[in-house]
Amino acid sequence: MTTIVLAIGGVSIIMPFLFMISTSLKDRNQLRQVPPTLIPRETTMVEINGKEEPLYEVNLEGETRQLALIKNLPEGKGQFVDPADPEKIYELVIAEQTEIKHLEFHWENYKEAFTQVPFHRYLLNTILVTFIGGVGMLISCSLVAYGFSRFRAPWLNGLFLVLLSTLMLPSQVRLIPTYVMFQKLGWIDTLLPLIIPNFFANAYDVFLLRQFFMTVPLELDDAAKIDGATPLQTFWYIMLPQARPALVAVAIFHFLYAWNDFYEPLIYLHSRENWTLAVGLQTFNALYSVNTHLIMAASMVMILPPIILFFLAQNVFTQGVVFKGIKG
Amino acid sequence: MKLNIRSRAWGRIRLNMDRRESITAYLFILPWIIGFLVFTIGPMLASLYFSFTKYNIIDPPQWVGLSNFIKLFKDELFIQSIKVTLKYAVMALPLNLIVGFFLAVLLNQKVVAVNVWRTLYFLPSVIAGVAVALVWQRIFNPRIGIVNPFLKNIGIQSPPRWLNDPAWAVPSLVIMSLWSVGGGMIMYLAGLQGISSDLYDSAKVDGANALQRFWHVTIPMMTPVIFYNLIMGLISTFQYFTQVYVITSGEGGPAWATLFYNLYLYKNAFKYHDMGYASAMAWVLFLVVLGLTILIFRSSEYWVFYEGEVRGEK
Repeated sequence: MTTIVLAIGGVSIIMPFLFMISTSLKDRNQLRQVPPTLIPRETTMVEINGKEEPLYEVNLEGETRQLALIKNLPEGKGQFVDPADPEKIYELVIAEQTEIKHLEFHWENYKEAFTQVPFHRYLLNTILVTFIGGVGMLISCSLVAYGFSRFRAPWLNGLFLVLLSTLMLPSQVRLIPTYVMFQKLGWIDTLLPLIIPNFFANAYDVFLLRQFFMTVPLELDDAAKIDGATPLQTFWYIMLPQARPALVAVAIFHFLYAWNDFYEPLIYLHSRENWTLAVGLQTFNALYSVNTHLIMAASMVMILPPIILFFLAQNVFTQGVVFKGIKG
Repeated sequence: MKLNIRSRAWGRIRLNMDRRESITAYLFILPWIIGFLVFTIGPMLASLYFSFTKYNIIDPPQWVGLSNFIKLFKDELFIQSIKVTLKYAVMALPLNLIVGFFLAVLLNQKVVAVNVWRTLYFLPSVIAGVAVALVWQRIFNPRIGIVNPFLKNIGIQSPPRWLNDPAWAVPSLVIMSLWSVGGGMIMYLAGLQGISSDLYDSAKVDGANALQRFWHVTIPMMTPVIFYNLIMGLISTFQYFTQVYVITSGEGGPAWATLFYNLYLYKNAFKYHDMGYASAMAWVLFLVVLGLTILIFRSSEYWVFYEGEVRGEK
């Protein structure tokens, strides 16, 4: 019973993926087929007197033959001929015959999607934003999380509460002045507004890292201190190696966030060569929405890295260092 | 006397150590403090100021008092954007909660290939964003999509036109959101796995059947996770943007049926360059979210159960 429910749900989860893959391999003719087929197939054509004509499987006096339809006649009838003997014409009802189809995958859609718009440029920008920003986030958030987890100082707990409360702050309330600030700095239409703020820590990742740092035994710090290590050395040589799983988790989550982010790139990047994949793909869709096959091909390329990452680091998601901190 | 001097000296050293520790701590958290001042508190106060001005970025802001806020409540599109957002919230939040919770309960049992199911259900959550919206836009499409052919196959003769139909556009987005229900599911699953089996055992000893155990053990123990997801879901609903921007090419159509709050805010700020008005919208949003969060927090006393806390004996 449970399995049946899960299977029905599973099919609806998988359908959009299949739709995406199959559409990305069709050409325009295949797109027009009603209803859409899951497997990209195309009507087989043969050349009759210099023209491409569709091939049908025809039942002639108990014998199945492959004939080509060369002309539509009134009342749903059509003229059929044998490609081997195009002189002899048969008149048959078209609806009673079956069209012959064959598999046809249009892998060239992927190439075309990449040449119609500068997707390699978008890819490069997305990688720059994701990775440089990710490094900034890791450095700043782990430092800050260490500060919040290992020291006693006046106001420190209060500041941590302030940090937590910013988790619930809708980003719009600081959006416009931030935009104005970047505009005055001349950073609009560069990747800087998407990269630089990452170097100043964010509440979400600091919170997760701090939760993890708290579970690392203090004795390790004390031992390092007795050996004369400075706090920075303790942080670097003791804490970071211990916290590897948490750092990996936070890095993966940041990757997914930055890779998929649309709002900020949309606001800050204006000219085409500076776009990230998300903005480039949206604009491609807005301009050429009829090219569904190309758009699906480009979408496939965009979702592939997160999916690969997901399969490589599954336990991070499904067992989660990360969710332990959130509970309770 | 001698002893006294020694203890004072010790005190001074202790004081020095405390001060050094404080300085070290603040040096470590310095990146966040700078970020907080420059990217959070500063901009927040500035946007509060902008909300009382007329400002288009090029000319300096002009003080106009409360007129942005007065204009808001006479603005039919603003009212529409609130209606759309609430309509979505009322449908999407409970549905996602129920479906996510239900799936988590199923996957917390002994099921064949449980890890495969978990992976499958979680998968859509990692690819949120533009690509997802592009696929669903086409799946719902009456001409090239797969939803309507399927519905016609099972006997529904005139299926809705989904995203092209003002009445069905928001429900379509809700259905789309259910595709990514795995994110919430994983959190509920982690919560379920954290419930000690002792609780179930003692409930069994007391003669509780499966349904009673679910109602009196599982649900109360899960309220903190439900609570967290509810607040985060609420905040993200008010920020709903990418999907609707992609699907409607930034318009919020058909007939403003998908003009979400955040989309309208974006349009005011970056299409009409009415930064003062958009800032007023941002502050109204902030206050609404704050108010609702406080409301949920207050009410949580009555329905959120934390282990180790017995009501009335706090």
